[in-house]
Amino acid sequence: MTAPAGSSLEVKLRRAQRRRSFTSFLLVAPLLLFILVVFAGPILSLLYFSIDDPKLVEVMPRTAKIVTAWDGAELPGEDAYAAVVEEIRTGYANRTVAAAAMRLNYEISGFRSMVMRTGRKIRRITGPPYKDALIGLDERWGDITYWRAIKASAGPYTTRYLLAAVDLERRWDGSVAKAPPERTIYVEYLQRTFWISFWVLACCIVIGYPMAYLIATSGRRTSRILLALVLLPFWTSLLVRTAAWVVLLQNKGIVNDFLLLAGIVDEPLTLIFNRTGVYIAMVHILLPFLVLPLYAVMRNVPPGQLRAAASLGARPVAAFLSVYLPQTLPGLGAGCILVFILSLGFYITPALIGGASDQMLSYLIAEFATRTGNWGMASAIAILLLLSVAALYPVYRGLVRGGTGFRFG
Amino acid sequence: MRIITRKVGALFAVAAALGLVSGAADARDFTIASWGGTYQEAQRNVYFTPFGETSGTAFLEDVYLGGWAQFQAMQDTGQIPWDVVQLETSELVRGCEEGVFVKLDWSRIVPVEDLLPDAVTDCGVGTIVWSVVIAYNADTVGTAPASLADFWDTKTWPGKRGMRKGPKLNLEYALMADGVAPADVYAMLNTPEGVDRAFAKLDEIKPLVQWWEAGAQAPEWLAAGDVELSVAYNGRISNAQKDGINLQMIWDGTIYAIDSWAIVEGAPHQDAGYDFIRFATDPGRQAAFTKAYAYGPTHNDGIGMVEPERAKILPAGDNLATGLFGGSQDAIDFWVDYQEELTERWNRWVAQN
Repeated sequence: MTAPAGSSLEVKLRRAQRRRSFTSFLLVAPLLLFILVVFAGPILSLLYFSIDDPKLVEVMPRTAKIVTAWDGAELPGEDAYAAVVEEIRTGYANRTVAAAAMRLNYEISGFRSMVMRTGRKIRRITGPPYKDALIGLDERWGDITYWRAIKASAGPYTTRYLLAAVDLERRWDGSVAKAPPERTIYVEYLQRTFWISFWVLACCIVIGYPMAYLIATSGRRTSRILLALVLLPFWTSLLVRTAAWVVLLQNKGIVNDFLLLAGIVDEPLTLIFNRTGVYIAMVHILLPFLVLPLYAVMRNVPPGQLRAAASLGARPVAAFLSVYLPQTLPGLGAGCILVFILSLGFYITPALIGGASDQMLSYLIAEFATRTGNWGMASAIAILLLLSVAALYPVYRGLVRGGTGFRFG
Repeated sequence: MRIITRKVGALFAVAAALGLVSGAADARDFTIASWGGTYQEAQRNVYFTPFGETSGTAFLEDVYLGGWAQFQAMQDTGQIPWDVVQLETSELVRGCEEGVFVKLDWSRIVPVEDLLPDAVTDCGVGTIVWSVVIAYNADTVGTAPASLADFWDTKTWPGKRGMRKGPKLNLEYALMADGVAPADVYAMLNTPEGVDRAFAKLDEIKPLVQWWEAGAQAPEWLAAGDVELSVAYNGRISNAQKDGINLQMIWDGTIYAIDSWAIVEGAPHQDAGYDFIRFATDPGRQAAFTKAYAYGPTHNDGIGMVEPERAKILPAGDNLATGLFGGSQDAIDFWVDYQEELTERWNRWVAQN
């Protein structure tokens, strides 16, 4: 008698639980969908664009098939030349060949105009042998490096953008080698991006830590005013603050006027269009991201503890290092990671305040995405940046878990 | 329509969906895109509003900020937000080759012999001649420079120089300053030695150069004394003069080019596009536009309708005698082919001390 009743109770319970978990799933469903659409979707499409290579195979499918089967050791045979002639002829007539030519130009600069010139003159080729006829139009068609470039572009997928983003290239025989020196800029940009972010973070700590301490420990009124001073710029648009720094820092700007007037310097300091300006503006913009989490932890450290340490004979420095600092580490860690990761992605501030040698990775992404329309390269650099940030995630976890008390995130 | 990319990424599927929600393409009014700012304001007064009034066409405006991204998006999504766009020759030629712009029926515009030969292309109708010049602040400069070579004379003018960020224009200037005739510049740049020679010449002034990103920065820097000499768009210098700043320019070695109107392939209001372009290619209206903005007309009769005083400061006639035409087929081929490779090299070069 008892067993069936118990089991029906169990069934009811399980049903109720299932219903509850379904309801809670429904509750988070919009958020899940939102994250999929605005977060996972773009990242996946980014990954896809960095390896997608459809242009040549779309416009010149026969050529792509022949060169894929070709071993690349010697000039290809008549069938390859015949395919190129035919597909440039139709592609030029219906204006599709230019997109493929642009793709080939990524392999060898100058290949694009070579294809377009061939297209303009293609009607002069009336019949076989196509090899001699094509080389007659432009002798570079007899140069094997151009054919290897076609092979490398034959798609439908490629690693060239991802390799180029770390200064590597694939040779025709499949081996991976360093790119020629005048084209290796991406690793340097990555290093520079990390270097700038590191110094911005260092300055933020030196300024932000005492500032957060002051806010957390001063009286209620003072701390409110100080907090407002931190928050006010935080609520102002990034672009506006960057533009304001241009006004402040330029040669006849407010800062230099003041320094000249006060007799501190004899001629205006160069504060803008160099690294100094970038540091000043970025530190100002990112400071709240360090101060706020620090302030949140510091407020919870009982002031009595430092006094207790002092009464037990600790010198101020020792008391700070062994009592206060460890308790603020989680906030410091969270703030540091925030500042560092945000500064890795900075674009508009270095673009407006920095010189030509102070640009960061985002500048290259913008250059490729907007100016030349090379989305493969733009995506590959974006992935490089994304991976750099992802690599910092374990550091963040370690820092936040390391301490006690306040947890950020 | 040209081929739509086989697999459209998730991002663009979303973009396209949003586009469908906000209304089908043909539901919008006739749309003209140009460079924005005071430039587009002048165009509105001279071209857009009068065209709308005389033809009874309702029109919208948009801003195109250069580059290829928007045309790439049109190709990939099939969404065509503009009917007519004004753009530089390099994008015009690339878009014409890739089928982004309509191959024009010139009989619907003006007789081709009425325009400057360089203003007539398969997909574009030239509308202005613009140029970059060497400019200086006449109030502070001391000796006024007279030639492009003076830009490299660091003894007489030891101050900073403003130049446009990136390799384009600068490589051309370097070769001309090194004694290469304008007609030979692109042939020279097409050889590795020519590019090396240009970079070597730029090395001579590199420590003094401050690179500008936006056209407005050059006159600002000259006015503020940040730079002593600067490469600048002539229209920007004329605007600064109008504001009472004593900036001057020299025409020696100017690099000039043409901006054109183009009709976007697949756009719903192509007939209105033809009507508008014909309207805007009238010599009288072009002459009126040169009064508002200091760029040259493309219609042969245009410059004759401008007062001689004004014509003196326009990129037209004798001012272009020693100049380099940056809109030639050679120039376009060179820059579409080598833009990325040389931008990489330039980025590397500029970061080295």
